[in-house]
Amino acid sequence: MKRREGMAKLTGRELYVDDLPVGDHLWGATVRSPAPRGRIRSIQFGPGVNWSEFTIVTAEDIPGRNAVFLMEYDQPALADDRVRHVHEPVVLLAHPSRDVVRRAARLVTMRIDPEPAVLDFCARPARDQIQHGEDNVFKRILVEKGDVRRALAAAPIVVEGEYYTGAQEHVYLETQGMLAYVEDGVVVIHGSMQCPYYVVKALKPLLGRDESGLRVIQSATGGGFGGKEEYPSTIAAHAALLALKSGRPVKLVYDRWEDMAVTTKRHPARVRHRTGLDESGLLLAQDVEVLLDGGAYVTLSPVVLSRAVIHAGGPYACENVRIEGRAVLTNAVPFGAFRGFGAPQAYFGLERHMDVVAERLGMEPAELRRRNLIRDGQSTATSQTIRDGVDREAVLDLALSMSRWTERRAEIERRNATDPLVKRGLGLATFHHGAGFTGNGEVVLESVVHVAGTPDGGVEVRAASVEMGQGTTTIFTQLAADRLGLDPDVVAVARPDTHRVPDSGPSVASRTAMVVGHLVERACDDLRRRLGLGDEARGEEVSDAIRAWYLGGDGRAVRGEGESPELVGEAVYVQPAHIDWDEDTYHGDAYGAFAWAAYVAEVQVDLRTCETRVTDFVAVQEVGRVLNQTLARGQIQGGVAQAISWALLEDFRWKDGAMQNAQLTNYIIPTSDDLPRIRVAFLEVPYEHGAQGAKGIGELPMDGPAPAIANALAHALGVPADRIPLTPERLLAELERRAAS
Amino acid sequence: MIDPARRSAHPGDLPATGDPIPVRFSLNGTETTLEVDPAERLLETLRYRLGLTGTKEGCAEGECGACTVLLDGTPADSCLMLTFQIDGRRVDTVEALDESALDPFLVGGATQCGACTPGVVMTASWIVGHPELLDTHRIRELMAGNLCRCTGYDGIIESVEAALPEGA
Repeated sequence: MKRREGMAKLTGRELYVDDLPVGDHLWGATVRSPAPRGRIRSIQFGPGVNWSEFTIVTAEDIPGRNAVFLMEYDQPALADDRVRHVHEPVVLLAHPSRDVVRRAARLVTMRIDPEPAVLDFCARPARDQIQHGEDNVFKRILVEKGDVRRALAAAPIVVEGEYYTGAQEHVYLETQGMLAYVEDGVVVIHGSMQCPYYVVKALKPLLGRDESGLRVIQSATGGGFGGKEEYPSTIAAHAALLALKSGRPVKLVYDRWEDMAVTTKRHPARVRHRTGLDESGLLLAQDVEVLLDGGAYVTLSPVVLSRAVIHAGGPYACENVRIEGRAVLTNAVPFGAFRGFGAPQAYFGLERHMDVVAERLGMEPAELRRRNLIRDGQSTATSQTIRDGVDREAVLDLALSMSRWTERRAEIERRNATDPLVKRGLGLATFHHGAGFTGNGEVVLESVVHVAGTPDGGVEVRAASVEMGQGTTTIFTQLAADRLGLDPDVVAVARPDTHRVPDSGPSVASRTAMVVGHLVERACDDLRRRLGLGDEARGEEVSDAIRAWYLGGDGRAVRGEGESPELVGEAVYVQPAHIDWDEDTYHGDAYGAFAWAAYVAEVQVDLRTCETRVTDFVAVQEVGRVLNQTLARGQIQGGVAQAISWALLEDFRWKDGAMQNAQLTNYIIPTSDDLPRIRVAFLEVPYEHGAQGAKGIGELPMDGPAPAIANALAHALGVPADRIPLTPERLLAELERRAAS
Repeated sequence: MIDPARRSAHPGDLPATGDPIPVRFSLNGTETTLEVDPAERLLETLRYRLGLTGTKEGCAEGECGACTVLLDGTPADSCLMLTFQIDGRRVDTVEALDESALDPFLVGGATQCGACTPGVVMTASWIVGHPELLDTHRIRELMAGNLCRCTGYDGIIESVEAALPEGA
């Protein structure tokens, strides 16, 4: 099926928040902290504008609790007496003119008594830098299996490594923004977001309102990648506060600089490995340490850390595993959700390390991986026994054959020996990605989907899962149409609006098609049951029954005032029986299903400039049933592109924990001319608890490319390539270090 | 509160820095006369004065191409042009494109989130209308002025190939 809202996007008819015609509204702007940590002494409103024309909001104007709540109440909506990072919001302004309010925001200055800031997440904090608990550690997680210490002591070969990954900005093409107004006593929010009910959750305590006094409506959302998971709640809070104080609709839309500088980013990370093996390359012990820069507030860091540690052991069978994870506070602009959610950082460390191990053993890197890939009946680091019928070796073999791995490695090595200017390399990564929320997370979410019959004999799917480019609208249409045997044209998908749709959970964690899609199917079944039809009823039989429900036998509507005006089928999440997870010990079934993949990257480096080009990319994955080839391929290619960019281009310039290069001029993402064709292949083993057998797909492609590219660069140049981004400057330094030693 | 049918000028969305300047240009085939602020960019005129919100702001500094329009038939970033400078010229926006010509882009997976899309299809329509460009340039090179964060570009490039006239 073609993308359902595709033509509206191609013609520019789709309305994003900045496109919404409101009329007589104000523009909001945010005044932010210039300091990474300190006490606010005073705020000055400088000359240059007529301040009486402005609505001004500070922490004092917050009717409820001053926090943007998701996991903790630690992050204020507006800083009160102290600030904990540069760009922390302190004052809000609104004015009829966008230009004037933006100019005015620059005229507000503040005096801050500085306090010692933590700007290096790897360094032990001094006593006067402690701001959370006893040691600034937000979250600590330990995964243990077998006896690592004993296994390492007995292992004939032990290989150590340390790997670093940098931050990453999402660079969705639509910057973040919200519109807020008060209508009939209800605070209404429209905007760009992944999780409408997260906004409700955050605004309830802040505004002191319940769900009935708060309505959140997702407008067309121009990309998310995790960046619109938690941060939209802050902007919604700000727009709502300005709307409440001014009594006028308020639009608060970030420009690119503000969006890049102040919103959440991918957590920088350090991953250490100590790996014990026998001479044949069999893994005997994995001792892993994952350290995340948590930034100034908790945000989602504990959950990002959780996914990082669970994936840190990889798709390999090993009987002795110890993975210790920590997320630590720093005074950096808060980090948050980003496609992959900790797994890409963990996987950069693991898969780069596997090549280091292979080199130490004198073993072919693909062979080392093949030897250790989990077979059905073996278990992951959390002791989750895998029995999904997937042939993981076949995934690897297809990637190797598509890339002509063995022949190409040999060709490249011959050519590198005689080419003094351009060096090539071929690198591999094998990996997995768990779909849906971790462990019992889906149970806690209690997701609900409704499928309503419409008087014309069609249906409307109602869920809070958003379309942000990944294809939710198309997939839900397909699933409902297939389940009920209806023409897709009579299937509508409701715009996520918290006063109209139930909470189907956040649009994150590669869960929408697999988990929520399955609820769409079950809600269709429930609709049929309510009509007195069996599961075999399809097409016109269903449509006729829906129409008949709305019309009496004599053609009159029988549902009058006070009666339920609608025919609604409902499905509530039920955890598949095979999932057994212990949150305290981090033991058991971390995910209902994993996708499995093997990626191969070929690179060439011009030694005159140290610029790297990815010249070929092969992405092979097993993702359960593929629901829509075009959409699935688009997810993989887009994710691979974003990960290539993270590995090679996206280089943060930090000052006081804030991004200095918050522009597309100096924070570079690839153009069409910077990327190769990304060759995609799917293997399909249906997952019985996913919609039509689907597993999650969105985040998977973020995990493999960075280590595959680093491995290819190590192959090309013989440098460590243990830190990304591998910019020309970094490669030059590595080459000079190698030449000096 | 929100009425998609009503798309009119909202003065607060536009700069007000000096005396208005008259400007006359062809917009999507229609002669248009306006008075604009000296600091008003073409992107702002289109979006906020004329309600043509198909043209998007992605970066406002000529890096991303989301605001691409055709100026006298050639792709240009409308965020980098002051409106008074286009006096006497011809501007075509995404609203002028024929929907039937866009089907290859729908089929080929050229759009995901849609924020870069109007700019992408403007550049693409220029390539499709001038296949002789491919004598000297590759499609990847010609599309490099339009950043996309969703597709990895393959869906866009293949769609342009499919949209080209036969034999091009």
